[in-house]
Amino acid sequence: MKGLQQLIKRRETTLAIIIVMFMILISFRYPRFASPENIYDVLNDTAVLILAATAQFLILLTGGIDLSISSIMALVGMLVSMLNMQLPDLPIPLVLLITLILGFVFGSINGLLVGFLRIPPIITTLGTIAIFRALVFLVSGGQWVSAHEMSALFESIPHRPFLGISGILLFTAIAIILVGLFINYTQKGRAIYAVGGNRLAARLAGISGSKIDFMVFSFSGVLSGLAGLLYVTRYAAAQTDTAVGYEFQAVAACVIGGVSVLGGSGTISGVLLGSFFLGLLYNALTVINLSPFYQIAIQGAAILVAIVANTIVNQRNQQKMLAKRSLI
Amino acid sequence: MDEVLLQLSHISMYFPGIKALDDVHIAIRPGEVHALIGENGAGKSTLVKIMTGVYKPSSGTMKYQGKEIQFKSPQEAQKAGIAVIHQETSMFADLTVAENIFMGHEPRLKGLPLVPIQPISWKNMFQRSDELLKSLGMSIDSHTLVKDLSTAERHLVEIAKALSQEAKILIMDEPTSAITIRETEELFELVKKLKAQGTAVVFISHKFEELFEIADYYTVLRDGRYIGEGSMKDVTEDELIRMMVGRSIDQLFPKGNAVIGELVLEARNLSRLGVFKDVSFAVHRGEILGFFGLVGAGRSEVMRAMIGIDPLDCGEIIMGNEVCHFKSPQDSMKRGIVYVPEDRQRQGAILTMSIAENISLPQIDSLSTLGFLNKIKERSLAANYAKKLEVKAAGLEYNVQTLSGGNQQKVVLAKWLASHPTLLILDEPTKGIDVATKSAVHQIISDLANQGLAIILVSSELPEILGMTDRVVVMHEGRVSEIFVRKDYKEEQIMRAAMGSSAKPVEVA
Repeated sequence: MKGLQQLIKRRETTLAIIIVMFMILISFRYPRFASPENIYDVLNDTAVLILAATAQFLILLTGGIDLSISSIMALVGMLVSMLNMQLPDLPIPLVLLITLILGFVFGSINGLLVGFLRIPPIITTLGTIAIFRALVFLVSGGQWVSAHEMSALFESIPHRPFLGISGILLFTAIAIILVGLFINYTQKGRAIYAVGGNRLAARLAGISGSKIDFMVFSFSGVLSGLAGLLYVTRYAAAQTDTAVGYEFQAVAACVIGGVSVLGGSGTISGVLLGSFFLGLLYNALTVINLSPFYQIAIQGAAILVAIVANTIVNQRNQQKMLAKRSLI
Repeated sequence: MDEVLLQLSHISMYFPGIKALDDVHIAIRPGEVHALIGENGAGKSTLVKIMTGVYKPSSGTMKYQGKEIQFKSPQEAQKAGIAVIHQETSMFADLTVAENIFMGHEPRLKGLPLVPIQPISWKNMFQRSDELLKSLGMSIDSHTLVKDLSTAERHLVEIAKALSQEAKILIMDEPTSAITIRETEELFELVKKLKAQGTAVVFISHKFEELFEIADYYTVLRDGRYIGEGSMKDVTEDELIRMMVGRSIDQLFPKGNAVIGELVLEARNLSRLGVFKDVSFAVHRGEILGFFGLVGAGRSEVMRAMIGIDPLDCGEIIMGNEVCHFKSPQDSMKRGIVYVPEDRQRQGAILTMSIAENISLPQIDSLSTLGFLNKIKERSLAANYAKKLEVKAAGLEYNVQTLSGGNQQKVVLAKWLASHPTLLILDEPTKGIDVATKSAVHQIISDLANQGLAIILVSSELPEILGMTDRVVVMHEGRVSEIFVRKDYKEEQIMRAAMGSSAKPVEVA
């Protein structure tokens, strides 16, 4: 009974209920909206955002922000696409490994700057978002890698079915499960929450904030790299403006999912639901044929509503708590 | 001198579980410097907060300029002419002196007809600031940025700010604690000027020479109660000290008779430039070593440097025939030293994490295999210590921010005890927690000493030091002024040592 009550109180539950209500509402006019096929499509469309949001989630947990996610996605996507032009028959596991290593390298540059040179995350990644994007132009000479230049094997990564689901969903699911296990069941995962919750107290408990900063930025890079690979293969094009704006969508998904931008609180299931909600919103807006400019505005409104709702709920809880305390 | 400007009578103030003020009186007359005297925790700041509209008293009346009054907000008190200058100045460092003085009540230009905008008159603001500063005998240019001023100058600007709002009562909370002697003299000149103009000054300070130099009248508080008042001319330092501390020891401290064993740690000549100098002491198994001093005496700073949070300039720490240098808290934790910081919200607990997660945090290494946490072990460890310390909570999975202050403190204690330390450093462990929890924490401290733990207890509360410790190191302005052994404890002498007065014996009447 107590478990049930807690489940109801949790933010993820509220969000899930909102999602279901939203789906029911839209299905009144577009019955196909809530069909399993459409939901599967939405998931496929949202997978890249889920990965970017998870990358952002790890940074937000420590109280930082990563603006460079979109540029790492573009840079890694471009580099592996160009590699594919040179070596069209490279096996998928090897492509994947190279992707992850590249992501790690770029992410760890952020990590070094934030963790060991103590440059604030927002400044660091404001610099690297520009630098990594410029590198995309430099390595590609401003040229696209388009569908006919990619090998069939490479292009098939997001589409070919594995275990009954598309590759893009499989890779995303594996990444999410690993991150979920990591933050909930390991010592380092716990340390991330501790640093974000109270950096000084964490330090007194023997946890180095610098090392944790380095670690989360490296992981963020790895996840962004994977997101970049899936992005370019799904759209069958590596462009110079790949994934522009994804860092903000990632923040939006996290915030809607209840991740605190102040650090220290948030769950992976919240991030998943937040991303899914945004994906569903885009899908619905397309279905009802609204201009993309409205989409951006509505996305912004969704973030504000989520934050306002959060604040109100927190204040109410606080008051209840204080009332309870004074009775003791 | 007989007309009273502000009169507080029968003031009581209750917080949940605690009585901060109990039937307190104070009367402030125009043109007097009124010393508000009492130990830390005696209720001075609560009283000030009532005078300035921060708190509403639970009972009692306040009369201002002959009329009964009840301030609803600090702004209201300020408007009525009661201004307070805090120990740590609250100013806008990147703005000019003039902007700081007139913040919130800037002089305006007359608006044009039909245009409802009244722009700030910068010329007027700088001019009036300069006049004001000059009339106070200060040679500060009002265009200066506040960040370029010394601490003392900032205080003077704060005073100018209060006067720009036509303050009739100026409350100064330890204004001299962070400034030099020469600057103090300047401040006193200014206070005398204000007095001549008929402004009343409430002066809070622990330095008796100052009080005797500047104050006309005193009111003494102790444990939230009114003890006495009178003219400074008719009282001696000894009498004041006795009024401050001379309580009947009716609070029971559960100090056990732990067997004092072998040396655990010896510190020799610890120094940190500008913070503390030549601090030496030793602590043994089963012993509770007190560190007493006034706020700012450097006690916490010694602890922080000792365990490796802040650097140590010189001196050595000896543990078991070995000279140790702790570069980080991790280092000292490995040698079994844990530090429970004073500011539990900022340094101790992680409010966004659960009780169990907080308790297990320092042990996370030993609870993990290959980096994976064993959550069953974690839970049983947390349950064990939460029970030992009687943490009152609906469940271990609840966030620490849902707990009361006392229970938060217990969680922080539990967290450190779970790591089986050999030396436990407690910095103000009972600050801000209610009486019942306080005695529970004291019981725990005593039990721990009985189990052979060495304990350093840093406290600003003399009764706690007297009741709980075996020896006490008294610090004054970054130096050890004296070390007392329990059998020689005399409240007055300890207080004197803390205040840096000569250690001549006091005749106890």
